Amino acid sequence: MLQIERLKCGYGDKFHISDISFRVRKGGFTGIIGPNGSGKTTLFRGITSELELEKGHVLLDGKDLTEMNQKERAQEMAIVTQEIEGANITVEDYVLMGRLPYRSTFQFFETKEDYRIAHKYLELTDVFHLKDKYIYQLSGGEKQLAAIARALTQEPKLLLLDEPTSHLDITHQAQVLNLIQRLNNELGLTVLMIIHDLNLAGEYCDHLVMMNEGNMYISGKPEEVLTYKAIEKVYNTVVIAKTNPLSKKPVIFLVSEKVLSENT
Amino acid sequence: MGALLVVTLIAILLSLTTGEIDISVFELPKYIGEKGDGVIYSIMNKIRLPRILLGLAVGGALSLSGVILQGIYRNPLVEPYTLGISGGGALGVALVIVFGLHHAIGSFMLPLAGFIGSLVTIVLVYSLSLRGGKIHIQSMLLIGVMISFIVSSAMMLLMAITTADNLHGIIFWIMGSLDEPNSTLIHVTFWVSIIGLVVSYLFVQPLNALRLGEAKAKHLGINTEITIRILFILASLLTGMCVAVAGVIGFVGLIIPHLMRLMVGSDYRVLLLSSFLGGGAFLIFSDLIARTIISPNELPIGVITGIIGGTVFVIVLSRSKMKF
Repeated sequence: MLQIERLKCGYGDKFHISDISFRVRKGGFTGIIGPNGSGKTTLFRGITSELELEKGHVLLDGKDLTEMNQKERAQEMAIVTQEIEGANITVEDYVLMGRLPYRSTFQFFETKEDYRIAHKYLELTDVFHLKDKYIYQLSGGEKQLAAIARALTQEPKLLLLDEPTSHLDITHQAQVLNLIQRLNNELGLTVLMIIHDLNLAGEYCDHLVMMNEGNMYISGKPEEVLTYKAIEKVYNTVVIAKTNPLSKKPVIFLVSEKVLSENT
Repeated sequence: MGALLVVTLIAILLSLTTGEIDISVFELPKYIGEKGDGVIYSIMNKIRLPRILLGLAVGGALSLSGVILQGIYRNPLVEPYTLGISGGGALGVALVIVFGLHHAIGSFMLPLAGFIGSLVTIVLVYSLSLRGGKIHIQSMLLIGVMISFIVSSAMMLLMAITTADNLHGIIFWIMGSLDEPNSTLIHVTFWVSIIGLVVSYLFVQPLNALRLGEAKAKHLGINTEITIRILFILASLLTGMCVAVAGVIGFVGLIIPHLMRLMVGSDYRVLLLSSFLGGGAFLIFSDLIARTIISPNELPIGVITGIIGGTVFVIVLSRSKMKF
């Protein structure tokens, strides 16, 4: 279980987020949503210890992540961001880098076990056939799948994703998110994900945290968070909230200014 | 890698056997050893072997510095001289020449001043890029480039106001040469560069992870702060040493790392040693050409490294489909 307790962090005397508390149960799939500048990324960087906490704790199964060193932390949690770089590396080598947190300074080469683990997750994420290609030869969706394979190769308890689908078309958005959901269900992996798209957030996550101006505005099940009231308040935009007839999850419709003025 | 070793060996053998007096490869064992006399023995052990040793050390160290700096700055244009280390060394030497200290105190003042000059620049760049105890890598690069400009302007000032004799000395030194009479200095340079290579291997995994960017290396459990600091200092010290001993020999630290990336890929486990060997072999070859092409006179080695290195690199790059 991931516990965020009264977390406060930020950038010097500029932007701060404060008093953030929520929990992600073991095997839970939580999404962080909120408008630009609301503090999603700051919260993310606080949890990953890229920003030093001014107050509060980040506990994973009772252990404080901020008190670990980088290597220990990389064994507990793996991070997937919007883009991967490192053009000149093969997919296999890239995924094998997920084993770095387990390697000592003098161990220069991968063990058979490292290969076994990397191959297992290359297969699980369906990119095994790409293993000898270079990263720059991959499409955006394939890159994200490779990034997830690398993250899984770290064998973490917690998977953190920062807008993993923001550059993808809906085919690949669905592919990536379905994969994450499957990992979440089948491996019991705890997942925390920043996501911009409210409909995807509602469809895939079992719990949502909505940020607003550096604070947590509301947290709860998707249908409790994605209400037109909350969204109109936080995003300052008129929307209509409905329910997906099949999944029974909330969906959000934007209403254009023109239509709005014609109807009032 | 095996091929590189062979190339390095060929470079060494060619360089040993070729010169004003050519010697057959098969006669080599006769002349290399602890004892002996005669002209050929002297040429071998007093002239050619030291140059080869120094070429291997300086070429290797410069190329290693280049590949490391490109790795930590994640910038393909960075080379050992970008951060003003060579400029600082040159300024130190120029000061010694202008004030005649090398005549007054001893010729060891030249490499010493070169090293001190480089060291001062390194400390300056390093401390100016520290902000609140953290190194900011991009501003470090800018500060280095700026300091490099300042130092080279100071050099020009010195050269403008000094005598023609001193000017000749300064320019001669700047052009670089593997001609170093002090054998102790050669041995020190050789072993320091080998130690540098060994130390760099302690950071081979961080370097590999840094290929993904600093943030992502951190996510993989790498302490990037310490890695970047130590590698910066290592590369700078190696560069400072090379500049102090052999002057400003350009292009090795830029071209060889890129050539090696094209040849062996971006995995630092292979790349570090390849760059070292490649740099060493390249400099030995360049020196061989520099001292034989207009024999009995000698061309500045920097001319050869620039022309040959640059040309080869452009040809290879324009033919390759690899991305950086």
